Amino acid sequence: MNMMLPNAKPPAATLGLCDVDIHPRPASRHSYDRWLAPEMQHRLHTYGLRPRHGYVRGTPFPKSQPLASRRDAWTPEGGTPASDLAFFRAQHLDHYGIDVGLLNPLAPSGQGDTNNAFSTAMAHAVNEWQLAEWVDPEPRLRASIVVPYEDPEASAREIRARAGDPRFAQVLLMSRTSHPLGNPKYWPIFEAAQEAGLPIGIHAFGYSGWAMTNGGWPSFYIEEVSEHATSCQSLVISMVVEGVFERFPALRVVLIECGFAWLPSVAWRLDKIFPSLRCEVPHLKRQPSEYIRDHIWVSTQPIEEPERPEHLRDTMDWIGWDKILYASDYPHWDFDDPRLAIPSWIPAEKRAAIYGGNARAVYRW
Amino acid sequence: MRGFEGAIDADLHPMVPGLDALRPYLEPFWADSIAQRGLEGFESHSYPPDAPRTVRPDWRPESRFPALPEMPAWLDQTGVSLGILNPLYGVQLIFNADMNRAFTRALNDWVRAEWLDRDPRLRAAIVLPNETDHAVAEIERLAPDRRFIQAMRLVMGEIPHGRRTHWPVYAALEKHGLPLCLHAGSSYRHPVTSLGWVSWYMEDVAAQQQAFQSALASLITEGVFVQFPGLRIVLAESGVSWLPAFLWRLTKGWKGVRFEIPWQAESPFATVRRHIRLTAQPFDVPDEASLQFLAHLGSEEMLLWASDWPHWNYDGMPALPPGMPVDKFLRGNAQALYNLSERVPA
Repeated sequence: MNMMLPNAKPPAATLGLCDVDIHPRPASRHSYDRWLAPEMQHRLHTYGLRPRHGYVRGTPFPKSQPLASRRDAWTPEGGTPASDLAFFRAQHLDHYGIDVGLLNPLAPSGQGDTNNAFSTAMAHAVNEWQLAEWVDPEPRLRASIVVPYEDPEASAREIRARAGDPRFAQVLLMSRTSHPLGNPKYWPIFEAAQEAGLPIGIHAFGYSGWAMTNGGWPSFYIEEVSEHATSCQSLVISMVVEGVFERFPALRVVLIECGFAWLPSVAWRLDKIFPSLRCEVPHLKRQPSEYIRDHIWVSTQPIEEPERPEHLRDTMDWIGWDKILYASDYPHWDFDDPRLAIPSWIPAEKRAAIYGGNARAVYRW
Repeated sequence: MRGFEGAIDADLHPMVPGLDALRPYLEPFWADSIAQRGLEGFESHSYPPDAPRTVRPDWRPESRFPALPEMPAWLDQTGVSLGILNPLYGVQLIFNADMNRAFTRALNDWVRAEWLDRDPRLRAAIVLPNETDHAVAEIERLAPDRRFIQAMRLVMGEIPHGRRTHWPVYAALEKHGLPLCLHAGSSYRHPVTSLGWVSWYMEDVAAQQQAFQSALASLITEGVFVQFPGLRIVLAESGVSWLPAFLWRLTKGWKGVRFEIPWQAESPFATVRRHIRLTAQPFDVPDEASLQFLAHLGSEEMLLWASDWPHWNYDGMPALPPGMPVDKFLRGNAQALYNLSERVPA
């Protein structure tokens, strides 16, 4: 909670400071009512969200902090973190001098709900709510198109309804989908995103309904958190091997809060096994690593912490310095202060790219 | 082709040609069940029998599965002095616990009679039945035969490897000084990704990498190595490139939420370097990144050479990644792990 430092933008952010991971929350579930049909309001307030896990309240793996949030992100009145624009603006946007902030609403958003109709209604409401309560009153913010991704046709409709509206910067998916993300089931989403010229932002989270590891359910929150990396690896492998990037050559994918140090290893692994499997996947025309290099961007938070800083530099070299975007994860407990999170041993021009240049390129800001 | 004189090959796969091969080693009830129930065999989708990856095309004999004449020839060719058999025949997929035990015991006895007894250069893993008490009994039954130098499970089982249910198995292994080999493969109790079933075999092969990360996370966070300080785990056919990044993430998580697993008093890096070994086939780091990878790994003791015969991971000579300390890699690390100087005079 690096609030001791005074207000200031990192000096190296010469291309602007873009934060691609901010999590706004509604002050209450009634915040969405004005955009929900009566039967969906009834469902929300009576049965609530029904994700692919068993709890009515809370999460299967208890977090390390209430709402996984910084203790100082609750408003002085005790309001939910990131639910009050004025408080958020002062604590985050103004404090760090953020030029562009990308909203990724996580909860409650209805993404991954077992009821597709409800998920579709919620996605629409959350999108309207982002505009009305955040983006319209605060021009530094951009919205994500929340889509009911388990209903790809409905998702495509929501994307097309928002296409061309510059207030929306990406299509938002959670990483833990009910099928591996490259599955042709999801292709209508990619088709609509490519058509709209919008990147797909994939944020680590969600509940696939399957065990969180391919060897069964883990026990601990620390496992759940580190298993986000394995889930994201699986989705990248799926997108590459299914041929998503052959079919949608203009598609851009931004992995948010997924970690990134694992990405070279996935690319190497796929390249290594490709010669012996080529006969199975003739639809892949290029080396698997080339699809990853051309189509996938990553965000910084959480940055893996090697024993020696130069090891992280090796990894960033392998990924590509033009592919890494700064993210704060505000208001969550593992939030990254932009002035401290991007190590100063990184040359200034590369830090400038991470702080702003790369986000401007991929989001066309 | 020689060039591995005196080397220890830590991952060889004797292939069961069919259920009939196991019949002589089964109790009558289970032997009869093969014909009576029309059992078709336990080859698993982790290694489709006719896939080029399962048997490298230039190693595939007309008899379909390379077997006894071919393996000694492979050892002769390479000059390997000792080879460790990790039998992969999908007995772990069997749901019926009694049936799983019966066919697993038969598999182990088949390996002993038809491989170990016929070539003194061979050692083998005890394939473990799924149930904890059955696994402990199988360790007790076979550990006295010192040619069994480790036990083996598939990396993807029903519940994560660290879970307390497994701990009596670890106690038995520690008592006998036997490492546990977690080998690539799934019992298919779960899809091979946490996102569901995949469309392509290529995804299944790639998914092993995630499985090993999850298995390690479970072993460490549950406190297996705190409880069993003598236990060693060998990750076979795991690939290696994922390990540093995995540990960077887990260690970061541990710094933040270690209150949840207070028994883990040291950095997971230290635990892994002490307790974990990996067979370096496939070595999934490109040559140009090899030196950096070895620096990230920060240990010369963890990697064991393996040909993975007859699987198609081995790419032929030279299979030594740049920067690898050759003596330790080919022999020293395996000798230390398996106490081979004690068991087998050089």
